[in-house]
Amino acid sequence: MADQMENAAPADRMEDAAPILQLDHVSKRFGGLLAVDDVSFNVAKGEVFALIGPNGAGKTTLFNCITGIFSPTEGRLVFEGRDVAGHKPHDVAELGIARTFQNIRLFGYMSALDNVRVGQHVRMRAKLWDALLKTPKERREELRVTERARELLDFVGIGRHGDSYARNLAYGQQRRLEIARALATEPRLLLLDEPAAGFTPQEKVELMQLVEKILGQGITVFLIEHDMKVVMGASRRIAVLDHGEKIAEGTPDEIRNNRKVIEAYLGKSA
Amino acid sequence: MIRLRNVTRDRNQLVYLILIVGVLLFPVLAGFVSPGDSGNYLLGQAADAGVYVLLAIGLNVVVGFAGLLDLGYAAFFAIGAYTYALLASGQLNSSPLHHAIHLPFWILLFVAVIVAATAGVILGAPTLRLRGDYLAIVTLGFGEIVPKLFLNLSQWTSGVNGVSALDYPSLPIWIEGPWVGSSLSIVRGFSFAFNSMAYYWLMAILVLIVVILVSNLQRSRLGRAWGAVREDELAADAMGINTVTTKLLAFSIGAATSGFAGVFYGSKLSLVSPENFSFVVSVTILVMVVLGGMGNIPGVIVGALAIYYVLFNVLTNLPANAKGIANAVGLGFLNRPAAGGWPGLEQEVQRLNFLIFGLILISIMLLRPQGLLPSRVRKEELEKGVAE
Amino acid sequence: MSIALQRTRSIANGRLGSLLLLLALCVVLIVVGQRVLSGGLSFFIQILVFGLANGAIYGLVALGYTMVYGIIELINFAHGDLVTLGAFIGLAFFPIFGLVEGKDLGIIGVAALAAVFLIAMVLTGGINVLIERVAYRPLRNSPRLAPLITAVGMSFVLQGIMYLWKGAFQIHVPDILPGTRLPLGPGASVGVKDLIVIAIAVVLVIGLNLFIDRTRLGKAMRATAQDRDAAQLMGIDINRTIAATFFIGAVLAASAGMIRGLYFNTVNFSDGYQLGLFAFTAAVFGGIGNIQGAALGGLFIGLVKAYGDAYFSSAWTDVYVFAILILVLVFRPSGLLGMRVPEK
Ligand SMILES: Nc1ncnc2c1ncn2[C@@H]1O[C@H](COP(=O)(O)OP(=O)(O)O)[C@@H](O)[C@H]1O
Ligand SMILES: [Mg+2]
Repeated sequence: MADQMENAAPADRMEDAAPILQLDHVSKRFGGLLAVDDVSFNVAKGEVFALIGPNGAGKTTLFNCITGIFSPTEGRLVFEGRDVAGHKPHDVAELGIARTFQNIRLFGYMSALDNVRVGQHVRMRAKLWDALLKTPKERREELRVTERARELLDFVGIGRHGDSYARNLAYGQQRRLEIARALATEPRLLLLDEPAAGFTPQEKVELMQLVEKILGQGITVFLIEHDMKVVMGASRRIAVLDHGEKIAEGTPDEIRNNRKVIEAYLGKSA
Repeated sequence: MIRLRNVTRDRNQLVYLILIVGVLLFPVLAGFVSPGDSGNYLLGQAADAGVYVLLAIGLNVVVGFAGLLDLGYAAFFAIGAYTYALLASGQLNSSPLHHAIHLPFWILLFVAVIVAATAGVILGAPTLRLRGDYLAIVTLGFGEIVPKLFLNLSQWTSGVNGVSALDYPSLPIWIEGPWVGSSLSIVRGFSFAFNSMAYYWLMAILVLIVVILVSNLQRSRLGRAWGAVREDELAADAMGINTVTTKLLAFSIGAATSGFAGVFYGSKLSLVSPENFSFVVSVTILVMVVLGGMGNIPGVIVGALAIYYVLFNVLTNLPANAKGIANAVGLGFLNRPAAGGWPGLEQEVQRLNFLIFGLILISIMLLRPQGLLPSRVRKEELEKGVAE
Repeated sequence: MSIALQRTRSIANGRLGSLLLLLALCVVLIVVGQRVLSGGLSFFIQILVFGLANGAIYGLVALGYTMVYGIIELINFAHGDLVTLGAFIGLAFFPIFGLVEGKDLGIIGVAALAAVFLIAMVLTGGINVLIERVAYRPLRNSPRLAPLITAVGMSFVLQGIMYLWKGAFQIHVPDILPGTRLPLGPGASVGVKDLIVIAIAVVLVIGLNLFIDRTRLGKAMRATAQDRDAAQLMGIDINRTIAATFFIGAVLAASAGMIRGLYFNTVNFSDGYQLGLFAFTAAVFGGIGNIQGAALGGLFIGLVKAYGDAYFSSAWTDVYVFAILILVLVFRPSGLLGMRVPEK
């Protein structure tokens, strides 16, 4: 514990008072490729934390490690004091981490409303018997869940589309639906993987407003963004990944002026 | 979108209505059609068809709801039937146990459900991690093993001869009235033996119960979880659904339904033997589900009835009917065996059965790949031309 | 992404899995060993050769399953019936080519037999292309189970046709291969027939491998199996490639049917069902989609069956085969040789 604090030291300031998620020397290897290379940082409770970096830097892989889709080759992933590395995805979700996917993964042939209700699954209590016999308890829960699902659809701004198939929604609406579905799991930490990808500048602004609203609900937001400009305004702190390594961490201003970061980005485009 | 959904729902309600009216009227109709035996044969056939309806509804949970391909579903049917056969007959008297067991039908319905569901869990727990078609193969293997076990453990099951003289269900008291042609009275020790009408109504009630329970499941959190797992297992997992448990539930609920059907089947036939549960049976049930419309309960009911009717009525009676027609229209000479290997029309048509059934399957699938009464999902899938 | 995911999993459960599998294997070996010792070595070898001959037939059929599955992910239930069909077609040409029982084959006889093989193979191949065209291609974009059901339907149709053609009897296939047996030891021998069967199968498998590795069409097949869309973008004619796959699969099936007929001297319209089931199991054993795997899986099943029949009771052989299948899949979820199966 002690040496882990030391290692994470440079980036932590007031935030390490209450970290919700601590990454401690996390690595992920695919055969010969080290997709995530000894990455450590903390996400503080109640902040918007952004992870940026060029394509293929290992950002999504890191998310996959946090949410249990991969188990990290090395390192610890401490969420609210508990090491979740190697947990099953559904256990991680139950513990309070929800996510969206870079390439939207909705349940396309289910209605938007049902997508959100699936998200609530893990918070529901009805047992097999309740479902088989439609007990009053189960009915009440279904009503409550449906109402909540409608609220969430309203919250992300697609309240009118509850009955449409997810796959028939417009692209931007699908991204929002994915967020609603994730929120339905009642997370305390929300991971968004490039939520603004493919958005117009106007849509990006709206999305960042939504992120603010989510933050207002007391949910910590940890997002990946490819586009530096978007992130600068919205997030309190940023970590930068390049070739699997963390090359910088700090406030937007610090990142903007970081030589390594500029090189990583320019080097990429040059 | 909204309209599409309502259309499906209204259509389903219409189908249910037709089915209910049909079930209520069928005994009367059967009496008219064959007054000779007051419709008993037809009623018995309808009750047998009900077995397949149960099986199709159960397999639909596995294949249609959860998207798991089960090619050995008849194994659970066998397990249910043999549970009844061993525990409600004199069979165990001649087994190493030397003691016959005669438990009542009503209790064995539940016992078989538990036994079959347990078998489902035992098979499913280690194998449901397998992807798509590998699971199909495991179930296929299981479907081959189970009847072979019943065949080979002949000390217990009399092997190829099967277990015979199973107990008939009975009720301690029952009311009879004008509807069976007697005056209103209370009977003691009412037995179902050779009483097609009794089996018919029993089956109608069993189907009703199963339809209600399974529909409830479909519209519950479990039903949604099945849908999620079917569509995107990884995303479902990440949203907090324990995919293995969810699939296991589908698998064992399907198995339980199959076991349930097995008990009825055994009690009505009063005989079970290993050959009644071969791969062909599994495939037939699968065909019923797919042809009726996967994922849609009224659809699979209609599918089961239609296939049952074709297989066990149309095709079974076809040779005799062909002979009759040939005689009636003056082509009677066709019925006589002739030189050149012509075996006579009846024989020849008999031989055609395989071919006809195959052609029916192919043409229906080509014409309606989504099934006769598809669920909303399959319909949409097809209209968008998306392969799963 | 999926590939790596798979790899990490199979390593994770590989250790415990291998251990248990090893343990099971030891028990089996001890039991089998005991029986083998009491049976004698020469008998063991006799069964070995018999098992290999049988396995070669399964392997040839399994290749067709695996190729079709590899390219369109269809469990082709009608494939087993193509084996019988091949035998039926070949049988029809026997008298035409003067192949009758009781004569020594001679050079001309061998040539005639080769011609019959060729005819049966090409005709069956053509029929399978037709089947693909009629029953599977229109459903390529339908729900996955639709083509599965038409495949089942096709199986019934093929059986129905053969039933109409020859009835439900066991049909005799002329015994024209040399019946010589090479003595091995007391009460044990190896048939020349067995060796011929194995040789033909080996030649066919090598030929198939060369075809897939070396020819344009073979490469197109591999590309299509890996990623159909990408293959299409590269200018590969998907329909033609799939048709070719069905053709080759049926060619192998027909050859298996002919070999099997000549070996056992009997064939029945419904043989394809059991045969197909076992061959398919063989394909899965080897890792479906994997050519070498299918061949080896076939041999494996042939051996398990032969030894099961010889040393234990034949009534239980099917149970062993399928139990082993289930265990293999539980511990090695993608077959013995493991295989990239395109995951959607
Ligand atoms: N399942 C996997 N198997 C093998 N390599 C992978 C897998 N997932 C990701 N990678 C590799 O890891 C690297 C990081 O990928 P990713 O995390 O998706 O990058 P980013 O999200 O930053 O664009 C890439 O080189 C990618 O090819
Ligand atoms: Mg990414």
